[in-house]
Amino acid sequence: MNTEIIGIIVMFVATLLLAIPLGKYIAKVYSGDRLWTDAVLNPVEKLFFRLSRIDPGREMNWKQHMTALLTINLVWFLWAMFCLTNQSWLPWNPDHNASQTPDLAFNTAVSFLVNCNLQDYSGETGASYFTQVFALMFLQFVSAATGMAAAAIVFNALRDRTTEKLGNFYNYFLKSMTRILLPICIVVAALHAFHGTPMTFKGIDTVISMQGDTMHVSRGPVAGFVAIKHLGTNGGGFYGANSAHPLENPDYFTNMLQMIIQILIPFAMVFAMGIYLRKKRLAWVFWGVMTVGFLCLVIPTISAEISGNPNIAHMGISQPGGNMEGKEVRFGSYASALWSIATTVISTGSVNGMHDSFMPISGMNMLLGMMVNSFYGGVGVGFLNFFIYVMLAVFMGGLMVGRTPEFLGKKVEAKEMKIAMVVALLHPFLILAFTAVSSHLTAHDTNMGWWFTDAAGKHNASGWLNNPSYHGFSEMLYQYTSCSANNGSGFEGLADNNPFWNITAGIVLLFSRFLPIIGPVAIAGLLAQKKFIPESSGTLKVDTGTFGLLVFAVKVIIAALAFFPALALGPIAEYFSK
Amino acid sequence: MKKELLPSLLLTIVCILFFSGVYTLIVWGIVQMAPNKGEGFVVTANGKTYYENIAQKFTADKYFWSRPSAVDYNAAGSGGSNKGPNNTDYLADVQKRIDTFMVHNPGTKKSDIPSDLITASGSGLDPDISVQGALVQVSRIAKVRAIPAETVKNLVEQHIDKPLAGLFGPEKINVLKLNIALDAITTK
Repeated sequence: MNTEIIGIIVMFVATLLLAIPLGKYIAKVYSGDRLWTDAVLNPVEKLFFRLSRIDPGREMNWKQHMTALLTINLVWFLWAMFCLTNQSWLPWNPDHNASQTPDLAFNTAVSFLVNCNLQDYSGETGASYFTQVFALMFLQFVSAATGMAAAAIVFNALRDRTTEKLGNFYNYFLKSMTRILLPICIVVAALHAFHGTPMTFKGIDTVISMQGDTMHVSRGPVAGFVAIKHLGTNGGGFYGANSAHPLENPDYFTNMLQMIIQILIPFAMVFAMGIYLRKKRLAWVFWGVMTVGFLCLVIPTISAEISGNPNIAHMGISQPGGNMEGKEVRFGSYASALWSIATTVISTGSVNGMHDSFMPISGMNMLLGMMVNSFYGGVGVGFLNFFIYVMLAVFMGGLMVGRTPEFLGKKVEAKEMKIAMVVALLHPFLILAFTAVSSHLTAHDTNMGWWFTDAAGKHNASGWLNNPSYHGFSEMLYQYTSCSANNGSGFEGLADNNPFWNITAGIVLLFSRFLPIIGPVAIAGLLAQKKFIPESSGTLKVDTGTFGLLVFAVKVIIAALAFFPALALGPIAEYFSK
Repeated sequence: MKKELLPSLLLTIVCILFFSGVYTLIVWGIVQMAPNKGEGFVVTANGKTYYENIAQKFTADKYFWSRPSAVDYNAAGSGGSNKGPNNTDYLADVQKRIDTFMVHNPGTKKSDIPSDLITASGSGLDPDISVQGALVQVSRIAKVRAIPAETVKNLVEQHIDKPLAGLFGPEKINVLKLNIALDAITTK
């Protein structure tokens, strides 16, 4: 078998093998069990809570949880805005990068706050080292921990008892950081540095090439950044080219490492749920549904990429490496195709090849990954999105077989279903409404005035596209899909650093982050208050393949009904027009 | 909301100091043991220092060429072309690269040119080319340097980077190292 195929299979299997023990560990962290990390970290956490005047033992109901979550997120947003708009005079700016404009700073701050990392700027020129470390990398840690804490609240609420008390938000949040993210990040960052990723505070280096050209090489504290960027499914690159950059991702080993750690926590959260709720079979059913969905997307993508571009084949060129436009030789088409789907089904959004230059079928599969957004999904929030689909499936399944819809011993009633439906429909609504508006502007080549100026100083809306026709439409669809899925990858040809794209994308990001967190937590909080009914012969069994199939069907039906028309205008039309 | 504001603010300050400050220092400390102290891998030849992982622009016929770059090999502003596979402007660019290659490498069969040599990389800084991408340039270099093609071919084969642990990922050739070695044998 060829070494590229072995490479991608090993990445997937290694992730699974690491995720099972990590899931056990995570379950113990959230149950407050004794752990081998206690000796070092207990005193540290105690100190942090004392300094912050927080009692980690204070139990909160779901509304108090959400108040705490939203308040601390607001503080982070203000801090990031301050750093981004003042970086030119703040310390650690050896390359003398300018402060970001208010609209760009708004987009950047929001997108890192919500775990999206859209990046309408390029790291080399758009952010100082101070911003990268103290604002962006900080948000990568805390936004990941926010998602994990939200998942922990839902786990707690689904236990077989009746209660309002669902643990303490700050406790879940801080432990996600100290116990899970930090130790893994240190190891991963160190491994990167030993493989050639820079970790220095020195600025741009100037060297003379073999042919005598002057070269400027950006460096920076990259290794620490790359670790949390992937472990927290953030995806924001230190450099503009993200993980395609030969310093950010120097070789096949670092590529495997980045691939593994970005799917690691999304896998592990599912297993953590199984252990926390003592429902291991249920965890495997969920993981199975996610994996089937993942494989349905990844296999056709690999096939499209390794076959290469038919237009280039037509010129008489051989494509032993597949479609190499926008890809790097050290990874090859197999690993880049795998990455493109992994990064879109989970909400990382980092890239090791430029998605804009992938084949139309691959582009469609990436879009589908983000449209469903819960074939694994991002750290914590992927599980929350999946939970919404489970609620819908429980309700539909219950109606189909004529039983009361129940999930883990709690009745699912109208109120919960309303919340679930609002959350499920919000995603397609945001994507389609905003894509429709931007397409309308493009089609009429509207004069955008202050909202948009292209490189030539013109204000015509069509100037923001880098590709004509169907692919141009896909660029806009991809941008809003990526925002609404809190993904952060892009068809980067789109000229998105201008008030129109910065602001509209920022609005989509805010809605699509916080409502899909509040919704599932609210449902779980409501369920937790209900009377626990032990399982009987009348219960719809959820830890079965049949139920898994039902969840899968619900996802496919919702995604197909909502998104097929848009996909037909973009990647599908492009595929048939070659 | 009011009740949570002070704890949120204090916890934020503590977390910034620890997860941005202390974490960065820990990693930086470990990295001082890494090759070149975490300033990127470099190679030195003839008293000059180059970044091993950053592609250089090679246009002279006597050197192996790197992959095309959408950002003109600007290592302070990386990026790809972001052109879609059916974009006619893009396909015209590719055709132009093929024509240029044929002018400099007369007699090459088009089907021997691998796609990595005529497509722009994702970062614009890809330091590698495929093995076929090096082999197809051998006869040009041998002619310009007036050395046997067999010698150049052997040099290429010595510079193939095998897959990771011999098992994972593609084979590749670092263009910079190959060109340094090429200069070394012809000046001997």
